[in-house]
Amino acid sequence: MTALVIAEHDNKTLNDATAKTVTAAALVSSPVHILVAGQDCAAVADAAAKIAGVEKVLLADDALYARMLAENMETLILGHADTYDAILAPATTTGKNYLPRVAAKLDVPQISEIIAVVSPDTFERPIYAGNAIETVQAPPGKKIITVRTTAFKAAATGGNARVEMISTATDPGLSRFVDENLSKSERPDLTSAKIVISGGRGLGSAENFKLLDQIADRLGAAVGASRAAVDAGYLPNDFQVGQTGKAVAPDLYLAIGISGAIQHLAGMKDSRVIAAINKDSEAPIFQIADYGLVADLFQAIPELNDEIAKRGIGQKA
Amino acid sequence: MKVLVPVKRVIDYNVKVRVKADQSGVDLANLKMSMNPFDEIAVEAAVKMKESGKATEVVIVSVGPAQALDTIRTALAMGGDRGILVKVEGPVEPLAVAKLLKAICDEEKPGLVLTGKQAIDSDANQTGQMLAALLGWGQGTFAHSLELSDGTIKVAREIDGGLQTVSLKLPAVVTTDLRLNQPRYASLPNIMKAKKKPVAEKSPGDLGVDVTPRCKVLKVAEPAKRAGGVKVKTVAELVDKLVEAGVVT
Repeated sequence: MTALVIAEHDNKTLNDATAKTVTAAALVSSPVHILVAGQDCAAVADAAAKIAGVEKVLLADDALYARMLAENMETLILGHADTYDAILAPATTTGKNYLPRVAAKLDVPQISEIIAVVSPDTFERPIYAGNAIETVQAPPGKKIITVRTTAFKAAATGGNARVEMISTATDPGLSRFVDENLSKSERPDLTSAKIVISGGRGLGSAENFKLLDQIADRLGAAVGASRAAVDAGYLPNDFQVGQTGKAVAPDLYLAIGISGAIQHLAGMKDSRVIAAINKDSEAPIFQIADYGLVADLFQAIPELNDEIAKRGIGQKA
Repeated sequence: MKVLVPVKRVIDYNVKVRVKADQSGVDLANLKMSMNPFDEIAVEAAVKMKESGKATEVVIVSVGPAQALDTIRTALAMGGDRGILVKVEGPVEPLAVAKLLKAICDEEKPGLVLTGKQAIDSDANQTGQMLAALLGWGQGTFAHSLELSDGTIKVAREIDGGLQTVSLKLPAVVTTDLRLNQPRYASLPNIMKAKKKPVAEKSPGDLGVDVTPRCKVLKVAEPAKRAGGVKVKTVAELVDKLVEAGVVT
């Protein structure tokens, strides 16, 4: 009885989502193995081997897996699926892409985006944009699961698993990577940042979003956005927080000019503290915010920046 | 090239969802139902392909109760050519939907399947990927933009870090994300015309698929409520509170 976790990484660094998925996996089945599929990614496998509770790391190092394309991942995982009674991946855009293919080929219903493991075959997951939580029992047999990583703490480090090179599969020849246009940022990753400052349509322009940058830089925060702001073109899609964007759960979520549509709240309501600034006192965001300030953004943002600077906040970190 | 567009009838995007008192599910009685918004984007993309001469026929498929016919008619009013309703009462799991769609693809032999990345009720985000796997086709999920050429389609995908473009051999499955297009509203004449477009009806038995749910839903509950907090009067007071809460130092 062993669980297999598929690692999330960029061939250089192991993403934190992996250690969080290990936490969920250990509640489903143990021991836990990790599959690192990539190209020139030995460093990632070494990092995975240090996650506590991991018994073995399988390393598939081949150009076929450089971008973790779904079709290639499917054949690779299927080739090693037999020995596992649970296969889990983080519910990132990568995990969501390949894992349903594996489930379909194994004829197993996938349980998507679990937020809690009630028992090894029973899970909680959000449905209806987080407006309801479903408790679902998987049928006997293999479990195929994606994990909403903000709902689980990262497994500690300190492990010393062995790394085993595994055979790779052949190229199914269905898809080819063309190019990638990634947002470059010095700031922490949105899904793992301790502080997230998000802006909404209330900011009015891409230019005005830059007002948030100064505060984010002072606080070491990530910048996010509502769907409305992304649709309006103020920020690219990968900044979107919400049910169809990213789920975040930082210590502090600062919502600026965000009214608080259900779909947005679904992606951030697990934050420890939510603070909101909006000029509309009736905005739904105030119903869930711990601290709400009704104010004009274009006065409040510079004031907030000054106040943080004046008190030396962020400089102690 | 024939384009197949699976669409799902779901609770309308704007309706507030209520959990039933006995926690057996969500109360859908007498609520407004609509086409899954991501599927609307897929219909729009398919109709655009037809308008630009890249697609020859747009076939709309829905798996659901008798009323899913309305959803198919909406898609036909947007520009679909004909419909297929696979009539099933009660919930159908993504894997079963994928099997039904595979059986339909085996009959219809489309060059492309375009559908939403997820349905806004079950939020599973599985069906397109499962269908692609069962068919042995490539997939482009979370599509931001599309570029069809001879025998291939380039799909720019919305991924966590930005955009990734893949090139897929056709036939393939593409699932849509929000930014792909802005779906049109059907005009009244087109709504009238859609009523005359053919819709075939099938049962899971016709397609040889067992749709009995395999997972058991034990409970559907309200999410833990966050108690609303306090309103502060000034930025300085807000910063005081954040310092008190220990979230900024």
